[in-house]
Amino acid sequence: MSLSSTLSHLWPFPGGIKLTSNKTLSNQQSITAAHLSQQLIIPLSQHIGQPADATVKVGDKVLKGQILGYAHGPVSAPVHASGSGIVTAIEEHLVPHPSGLSSLCVFIDTDGYEQWTDCSPLISTEQNISELSNEQINEQIANAGIVGLGGALYPSAVKLRTAEKMHTDTLVINAAECEPYITCDDVLMQRRPEEVILGIMLIKKIVGAKQCLIGIEDNKPEAYQALLETISGYNSETHIEIIQVPTRYPAGGEKQLIQVLTGKEVPTQGLPMDIGIICHNVTTAAAIYHAVYRGEPLVSRIVTITGGAIKHPQNMEVPLGTPIRDILNQAGMDESKIEKIIMGGPMMGFSLPSIDTPVTKATNCILVSKKGELDTPPPAMPCIRCARCSDSCPMSLLPQQMYWYAKARDLEKVQDYNIFDCIECGCCSYVCPSDIPLVQYFRYAKTEIWDDERERNKSNIARDRHEFREERLEKAKAAKAEAARIRKQKLAKKKALNDQKPLEEAKSSDRKKNPDKPDSADLIQEAIARAKAKKAQQQSKKKNTDNLTEAQQKKIDEINERRRKRSEDKKSAT
Amino acid sequence: MFLAQSSPFLKPGLSVSKMMMVVTLLMIPGIVTSIIVFGYGVLVNIILAIIFALAFEAIILYLRKRPVAVYLKDNSALLTAVIIGVALPPLAPWWLTFVGLFFAIVVAKQLYGGLGYNTFNPAMVAYAILLVSFPAEMTTYWQTPATLDGQSLSLLETLNFQLFGQLPAGMTIDALTSATPLDIVRTSVINGSATIDEIHAEGQAFGQFGGIGTEWVNLAFLAGGLFIMRKGLISWHIPISLLATLGFLSLLFGSFELDSNPSPLFHFFSGATMLGAFFIATDPVTASTTPIGRIIYGAGIGALIYIIRTWGGYPDAIAFAVLLMNMCAPLLDYYTQPRVYGHKVDERDNEESS
Repeated sequence: MSLSSTLSHLWPFPGGIKLTSNKTLSNQQSITAAHLSQQLIIPLSQHIGQPADATVKVGDKVLKGQILGYAHGPVSAPVHASGSGIVTAIEEHLVPHPSGLSSLCVFIDTDGYEQWTDCSPLISTEQNISELSNEQINEQIANAGIVGLGGALYPSAVKLRTAEKMHTDTLVINAAECEPYITCDDVLMQRRPEEVILGIMLIKKIVGAKQCLIGIEDNKPEAYQALLETISGYNSETHIEIIQVPTRYPAGGEKQLIQVLTGKEVPTQGLPMDIGIICHNVTTAAAIYHAVYRGEPLVSRIVTITGGAIKHPQNMEVPLGTPIRDILNQAGMDESKIEKIIMGGPMMGFSLPSIDTPVTKATNCILVSKKGELDTPPPAMPCIRCARCSDSCPMSLLPQQMYWYAKARDLEKVQDYNIFDCIECGCCSYVCPSDIPLVQYFRYAKTEIWDDERERNKSNIARDRHEFREERLEKAKAAKAEAARIRKQKLAKKKALNDQKPLEEAKSSDRKKNPDKPDSADLIQEAIARAKAKKAQQQSKKKNTDNLTEAQQKKIDEINERRRKRSEDKKSAT
Repeated sequence: MFLAQSSPFLKPGLSVSKMMMVVTLLMIPGIVTSIIVFGYGVLVNIILAIIFALAFEAIILYLRKRPVAVYLKDNSALLTAVIIGVALPPLAPWWLTFVGLFFAIVVAKQLYGGLGYNTFNPAMVAYAILLVSFPAEMTTYWQTPATLDGQSLSLLETLNFQLFGQLPAGMTIDALTSATPLDIVRTSVINGSATIDEIHAEGQAFGQFGGIGTEWVNLAFLAGGLFIMRKGLISWHIPISLLATLGFLSLLFGSFELDSNPSPLFHFFSGATMLGAFFIATDPVTASTTPIGRIIYGAGIGALIYIIRTWGGYPDAIAFAVLLMNMCAPLLDYYTQPRVYGHKVDERDNEESS
């Protein structure tokens, strides 16, 4: 293995920057266990896609590992209790989100017993995984609520199932961890390499990849050695190669790592699967190991707690839902020194809106900086077109041009400059001598474009609906005319008949007595049709509020409620 | 609770102000050599230029209701002033500098919107306007290089001449100044009055390897330029492609007609070639920004320098070459966009044809 890894050729990626890694702060100690918090706050949405449906009620007793919410829809993941205790509330709570959003969370008051629910492993380490079917493994991964722990949070089972169907020949395992400060992947590989390798073998089996390349930045020699030693315990049939890549940010970007390891580029707007590659993070591999070999769902993750305002920077295994404040206190947060609290790394992370938010599946690092450790850029100066941004862009974009157009809100032009290929790595903002927050401009432009698209879709739907309605009215009109014509014909026939019959009164009284006679039935039908048409017309008037999702309906209800209140307030004021 | 800010949270601390300052400081070897060769006039020019530049900048920023202190500290006016100070004839009267800086700072820079918004290199706009408006002052006030045994002035005498136009008794301006090597070569060759070899024999134009006197100045600017390139403050594209093109063309035409075409070395080390290649053409605001664009931009300037020097009406050509290529920069940027990751090479062409 070591021979082949030294022989393997690496490809460079354009741009990128050298950063001070600051990883030794936290990667020297072993993984500590977080103290059990009195209360766990478990968001039902910790993944991309639909939030899970809560299956527990307030007052329920739950065991550790017990399911709290089932996956809702095709792209979703279940969430599990990360400690045993009583469900005390299911309500909105602030979650770690750049915009400080709230989301529905299950609150558990822990009982301290840490009593596990029944875990049923699929297989033991002694057995061969070829005994398992792919579907069995996938089922287990889906039920364990595993999502992409490298930051994408995409449900792993969905990704694996798609990869299984497509022709995937290379599995890339992202162990680069290129952001400064973060070491959770690093210590995982150092301390639990077995879990990582076994997890990787499971992924490799499912996707049917011929080879597996583990890309790891060369600033993690201990982790590299640990993986290498573990892999040497298996026969070479595994076709797993561990490859050290030069340390340069953002080598751990999915697209960059694929480029460095294989020389291939993921097509724009496409997925690695389009070029026969699937990429998973090491932490995800370890979680898959836990699910399959131990039957444990994803109820905890390793979190790096680091920064100048932390007395004992370290990596902690934290039950999901643990309030961030608790783990910061455990690591010795020096409140007097704190300047910024960031979730994620200093290049792509975000300022936490509050430390009373819970650790989620996405929480890889909490960086608590002291004054002067991180930078607060001065007010932006004009762009001097120095092109440092484009020289540093790993996607070969022209950030400077995108900036001009984003600033001018020329959303079409900004798309011509391929803004949607931007991975928001932050290299351009980092190197900008004018301190222009370029990435922020690009995020702004992207959201504006998405917003416009939504508006356009909405109006398209409205137009379609309008046209459909017109068509239906037209049809109804035609049907009506047709019915009238038939009626007239029948009437004419009847008249002809009546003319033959002298006793007209007898006939009319007859009709009253026998309502199921054909002519009267016609009249009834006609009335029903009229009523229907009217109803349809009324319904179609409400076109804006058709086809609403639950969330939208809820929002509308909220708004209506607010309006009602306001008008009441006004009334009471006058 | 805490200061909210969007990622990234790291900054390497390189600012526009620092970039401009470092580039200005790395002109010092060239400036010192220039003073040694051409006398104190160079120093007086630079100091006057800096004073005028900052004054104009401050006034116009005030009029434009911009924060004066913030923009004065960006050092861009300082760099422009120093470049003009070096580029002007060493014995230029003060008002020449004054007019130059007015056009550079007020017209070419601030009226276009200030730092980052100007289309043309302010220093070169000033130089071109002065050259066209005051051809006599711009071409004759070149003090005879110290390497030739000409008369020289003390600092006070220089000041007295530049500010008040008074020369010490018994001195004439003609005695003090002489035509520049580029001028000599150009006029002789165009008139057909002398071949390169004959000019060589006269010993008024050719020095050790370049233009007499100016060769040392160019060498010093080359040293400073290589240093800013090494520090990553400018990319290699523009200076290298500029010099390569200039060298190639002089070699090409020189190989046809050795008699009327000086060697590449003469082109490299006379006039303002090195100053232009490393400090003027690399002005980021007005240059092309894409890698290929920068190479074409530099090559264009190199070619224009050769064309204007050889067949044009002016002895040196940096200003016009740079200004002409400034005009092309937006076009170059548009047509030389690099291939974006995951895009096919011919995608743009397909888009346009479809």
